Amino acid sequence: MEPEFTVAKQHAVIDILRQYHPVPDRFDELGSIGSGPKSHWRPLLQQLNLESVDSLNIRAQAVANAIAEDGVTYNVYEDPLGDSRPWEVDLLPLVLGADEWQWLSKAVAQRAELLDRVLADLYGEQSLLKEGFMPPALVYGQAGFQWPCQGIEPAGGRFLHLYAVDLARAPDGGWWVMADRTQAPSGAGYALQNRLVISRAFPAPFHNLPVTNLAEFFQGFQSSLAGMSPVGAESPLCVLLTPGRFNETYFEHVFLARYLGLPLVEGQDLTVRDDTVYLKTLQGLRRVHAIYRRLDDGFCDPLELRADSVLGIPGLLGAVRAGKVLMANALGSGVLESAALFGFLPEISKKLLGSPLVMPSVASWWCGEKPALDYVLKHLDELVIKPAFASMRMEPVFGYQVKGAERDALIKKMHAHPHAFVGQELVHLSQAPVWKGEREQPLATRSIGLRLFAAATPSGWRVMPGGLTRVAMDEGVEVISMQRGGLSKDTWVQARYTAPSTSLIKKRLQVSDLLDGERDTPSRVGENLFWMGRHSERAEGTARLLRAAFNRLSGHDQASEEALLGLQQAAEHFGTLPETEEDAVPEPLPGMLLRAVSDLKFPGSIASILQALLFNASQVRDRLSADNWHTLNRVGKPLSPAPTTPDQSIRALNLVLLDCISLAGFAMDDITRDASWVFLVIGRRLERLANLCTLICVPLFSDRFSRHAMLEWLLEVANSEVTYRTRYRRTPELLGVLHTLVIDASNPHSVMFQLRQLQKDLPEMGLKTGQLFPPDLGESLQRLQAVDLHPFERKRPDKACEALAELLCDIRSEAYRVSDEIQRQSFIHTRYSDRPVKPD
Amino acid sequence: MTFVRYHVRHETLYQYDQVVGESHHLLRLTPRELPWQRNLEHHLAISPEPSARRSFLDCFGNRITKIHFTADHEYLEIISEFWVELRDRPKPSASAAKVPWETVRDRLRYRADRKFPPDHLQATAFRFVSTNVPIDSQYAAYAREAFLPGRPLVEAADALMRMIHRDFRFDATATETFTPVEQAFKARRGVCQDFSHIMIACLRSVGLAARYMSGYILTHPPEGKERLVGADATHAWVAVFVPDFGWLELDPTNALRPDLEHITLGWGRDFSDITPMRGVLLGGGDHEPEIAVTVVPEEEFASLYADGETYLEELSPG
Repeated sequence: MEPEFTVAKQHAVIDILRQYHPVPDRFDELGSIGSGPKSHWRPLLQQLNLESVDSLNIRAQAVANAIAEDGVTYNVYEDPLGDSRPWEVDLLPLVLGADEWQWLSKAVAQRAELLDRVLADLYGEQSLLKEGFMPPALVYGQAGFQWPCQGIEPAGGRFLHLYAVDLARAPDGGWWVMADRTQAPSGAGYALQNRLVISRAFPAPFHNLPVTNLAEFFQGFQSSLAGMSPVGAESPLCVLLTPGRFNETYFEHVFLARYLGLPLVEGQDLTVRDDTVYLKTLQGLRRVHAIYRRLDDGFCDPLELRADSVLGIPGLLGAVRAGKVLMANALGSGVLESAALFGFLPEISKKLLGSPLVMPSVASWWCGEKPALDYVLKHLDELVIKPAFASMRMEPVFGYQVKGAERDALIKKMHAHPHAFVGQELVHLSQAPVWKGEREQPLATRSIGLRLFAAATPSGWRVMPGGLTRVAMDEGVEVISMQRGGLSKDTWVQARYTAPSTSLIKKRLQVSDLLDGERDTPSRVGENLFWMGRHSERAEGTARLLRAAFNRLSGHDQASEEALLGLQQAAEHFGTLPETEEDAVPEPLPGMLLRAVSDLKFPGSIASILQALLFNASQVRDRLSADNWHTLNRVGKPLSPAPTTPDQSIRALNLVLLDCISLAGFAMDDITRDASWVFLVIGRRLERLANLCTLICVPLFSDRFSRHAMLEWLLEVANSEVTYRTRYRRTPELLGVLHTLVIDASNPHSVMFQLRQLQKDLPEMGLKTGQLFPPDLGESLQRLQAVDLHPFERKRPDKACEALAELLCDIRSEAYRVSDEIQRQSFIHTRYSDRPVKPD
Repeated sequence: MTFVRYHVRHETLYQYDQVVGESHHLLRLTPRELPWQRNLEHHLAISPEPSARRSFLDCFGNRITKIHFTADHEYLEIISEFWVELRDRPKPSASAAKVPWETVRDRLRYRADRKFPPDHLQATAFRFVSTNVPIDSQYAAYAREAFLPGRPLVEAADALMRMIHRDFRFDATATETFTPVEQAFKARRGVCQDFSHIMIACLRSVGLAARYMSGYILTHPPEGKERLVGADATHAWVAVFVPDFGWLELDPTNALRPDLEHITLGWGRDFSDITPMRGVLLGGGDHEPEIAVTVVPEEEFASLYADGETYLEELSPG
């Protein structure tokens, strides 16, 4: 029964609808053809009529702004070069009535249950194949069937946990299934995002309809994951597994992870030990009980599935087989993303559920059966030709659009590989108004499709009361594709009664929400900060070294030449210059130095180091301030185009150095000092300590005469000229230089200073990460403190030089040992072995 | 009934340039138990000692040993040794050998509501495109010379095997492990893996079911030469599904039906399903292993391994 409109309001409604022109041979969601708009559209239409186009445009702008702001908030990794299109949401939602919703949600729940049972059969006893309910080609003949997953009984008992279905409404008002999404369906997060924004744009109609809340659905999904996972007596840890920031729906992964309160992880954040999945954290390995994955089946385990996957977790399938982790959805569930299955589902439903399929699938002919192929070829103009399986890369083709040679080629292909094709009836999609905002023509008519979601709970399937309404790009267009972005609508479902509003998003922070940030920091964060520290310090040291060399290139006196020789040695030990092999004709120094500045093919060049630095930084971008990020992006700029002369190089290096110094400032002053920060600092210190030792050893290992000529550049490269000058006020002498660079605990560029600081930082790291025995440099410090400088007063301190050089070499090895140990203990969580090499 | 016994030693050594902190490997090195093949003794020596080691059957029934390392290592050495006993393989009965290939093709086809006998359903798993084996009209066209209308499947498959042996040249330099089948097919050369993949592609492209067989073959040292340790290699051949019989094995590399000189490790749809070793390393990079395979008949075992460098001892008589 359509409630009656009052005369005045009916006029108002007609006002806005006067601008809306649905096509007569398609279903109109509004119901405006004939009897007038349906009652559940009324609160929204009333609101539209109360307002002017201008004021509605203000609402539309507010919606766009909110999406853009959330994009900034959530899409922290947005790549300026990436082709990410902004998500667009129409001001006007799609509204569905309560009765219709009841039918729809039952139909979707039934289909979800059916597909879950089909998966259990295909990966289990395969009675559907044995008894001829479906052709083996639909299973064995497609890449979506994961052979190694056969025989697995999933933890939690279900294969499907989150299911999505794409629906279209035919001209007679009936709903048809267009596609099943059984693997890692996207869109639930976007639907939620749309709801947050549109419910704020129309608070009154939202309240008056009333619209059913989405929060309960997500709560149900989240608690079911935890509840169905194999936890034993532990408290469950569920994670959201993403392919990473280059995935087109990464925004949604970040959004959902935050909304559901799940750690967002990539494959490399997880590890499998003894068929159990763990999250690598700076605090150690934490058992993972459930994985809500957004990574496709084949990529999940490079050991047993696709060997070329770098996104997965080696050994994951072992943990799944052992029942130690719940996968949502089960690995291999992508096998059902196939329109070829549609024709077989009605009979399968009767067999597996004992009841007929409530909602029909769009009429589809799988060409693998000869009569179907014949039918499709005969009725090509009335059909859409689609790939039979989701794993195939092919765009749907409208039969009536292909002509001539193109048509012949298609027919030939269909004959050659019939089981790869499906012919599908053309569905005339239903239409709904979208907001254009033009004064004369504020509304436009667009085809729409509806994606609905269902989540498995211990008490059965729960269907999200709402969904993602997808809108065709232009008037009259029948294909809806939303690979990246595109226009969508919020979907309002009329509630039968007013429910108390709940949301997983807390209105305000509470004291219990305040984090001290010390728990479960992913190891990846610490690792990238550690290498950020090492790379930025390395870039700075290398830049000073090369600048000193360029400055001495033009000098022709003996002192310059000797100095240059020493610098060349230092650069070789640093790895900045390729070491010249014995007997080989060395490349002239100026050319090598230029390459050491900007040649990306050479891993020791500054350009290469800065590239590595930027990669590390991009992995932890959400922890860096905008200024810090800006500096990181700028630091390598002076190196392109590559400097071609010493003068250009010196100018570029000066700029690089200034930015390196800013980075050092950011490291000390601009990053939250949580458990991961200490890794940045330790990375910087270890690198500086090792580099100082390398540099000082060059003159110590040289003969007496060359040694003296090296002291000046040594102070310069070690950034200690000022310290030395203010202290001694004379030209560089060995004793004073060694004191300044080795022993002087007040000079931040001395070995002593770095060692002492590390002996404070390493225990702090241990404290923050719960390591009982953090790496230690105590012995090095003791040996350094025992160094007696008196022998260097002698005229020929060669023995003392050699002894000190050996100590410094040992300290450098110790620095690298500590670096390896940190890598093992905190980042990759493996053990040291004292016999890694094959015994003879 | 006659039988023969072999000792097989399959050594694999990976030397990494960089330290590997963590690695996982799947080993398919255990010979299958078959009516005509008994696995008498098997020893798998792994060095360094893995942190974890598990064993299970894959979806084709092949035994997998899964190993995991979580401590630094710069090498991995795996030595698989076993004693195996072979008897004559069964041959298709006269009636099974007469069934025309088209009949078999049609019996493997899906018809709505027709039940598949279990062996037929199992066979259909080997009837479609797989990772390394495409289905294409060019393979069907090539096979047409052997698959004449009405010809018995067994006869046609034998003929196809001989054709491949006739038309393709054995050339170890022509292809690598992951060279696509198309390339070897065009070049008309390759190794046992390529010949097997090509033959499987032909059989599947005409609508039949074919398996990739992995194992070893006894080699015969050149006239007047001694048998050498490490002179052999792993081998691959093909099996085609013959109703009322089972899987008929065919070796296109040697143009013969495997019998007392082919030792079976296992099978899959193609090489990817039955790679002897597959692993994922964290660090280390990609490395070609050093591999040495030695297949020796029981009677030559004592003289070949006179210095006693094996894990398994000579079998006791009987």
